[in-house]
Amino acid sequence: MSSDLVMYEEEFQKIDEELQKLFQQASAKVVFLVDKNGQLIASAGDTREIDTTSLASLTAGNIAATGGIARLLGEKEFTILFHEGEKDNIHISLIGQRVILVVIFDKRSSLGLVRLRVKKSSEALVKIFGDITSKAEKEKSEGKLDESPFAEISDEDIDNLFK
Amino acid sequence: MSFINYASREINCKIVYYGPGLCGKTTNLQYVYKKTNPDQKGKLISLATETERTLFFDFLPLALGDIKGFKVRFHLYTVPGQVFYAASRKLILKGVDGVVFVADSQIERMEANIESLEDLRINLAEQGYELDKLPYTVQHNKRDLSNVAPVENMNKLLNPRNVPSFEGCAVTGVGVFETLKNVAKQVLIELKKHY
Repeated sequence: MSSDLVMYEEEFQKIDEELQKLFQQASAKVVFLVDKNGQLIASAGDTREIDTTSLASLTAGNIAATGGIARLLGEKEFTILFHEGEKDNIHISLIGQRVILVVIFDKRSSLGLVRLRVKKSSEALVKIFGDITSKAEKEKSEGKLDESPFAEISDEDIDNLFK
Repeated sequence: MSFINYASREINCKIVYYGPGLCGKTTNLQYVYKKTNPDQKGKLISLATETERTLFFDFLPLALGDIKGFKVRFHLYTVPGQVFYAASRKLILKGVDGVVFVADSQIERMEANIESLEDLRINLAEQGYELDKLPYTVQHNKRDLSNVAPVENMNKLLNPRNVPSFEGCAVTGVGVFETLKNVAKQVLIELKKHY
């Protein structure tokens, strides 16, 4: 079973920078990074018009279904999905078995350019997520997570959520 | 698998509603959607067939409020209940933090409830989870009907850990929020144990 994903400021900055770079270099409309379980991690570009939460969930569902198809065909996974629309296109790629990179682009860019830039960004993102995992493991072994705010969650806090 | 983001100060957790076909999983989500403030909820996404049966999943993001300065978000999912959608059910359990088992209280559906619970155990095991270790809540739905099994018997069959269970009528909303609140509470207590 995979462990929970914990993201700290420092790594988040790095991810954000990488997404901004990809957004610029691929001439994309929007770039997203989604957890394989459907939770949005970060985005770049103009997301005001887009329901990012739903998009994250459906993208993860899409990747999961494609993974199911792959296994039926004896493949481990299909790592890239591409959907072409009338105006907008969406390029979805699985990164390091863990996160999903989504690039939405229109005719100002091209599939070739997006693929090229995504490949470069993927390498950088794999490294960042590797760092996140090793940092979480290190902190857990050093007991630093005991200082987390969640240790102090009271029953009252939880009850207050439902008022 | 919850996602804790210190940068945006958010906690995201995934809750899956499981149960046999037509037991009321989607109805639970529709009621939660209907009764939640617009600023707390996202869109209710339903991937359904023409006959309104869930094909892949229903999804409802819910922002409940803050704990220790962290925004707490629950992502509610349902699975398709019909037996032949086994592949979809398996996929939706990826990264689950808590399970609600919606049982159909009608006597003639007991067999279907038991089968669905067994299916849940098997599918969780494939993802590396054990039902007995996950936050789990049972809702005995459709209590308003006349041909229902006693709750005590249903708990024996479907609630081996004897977690709190709730009598429900999802169409009118009876027990819907009690069920959600209970599973959410268990998920947060679990989170507290690990972080």
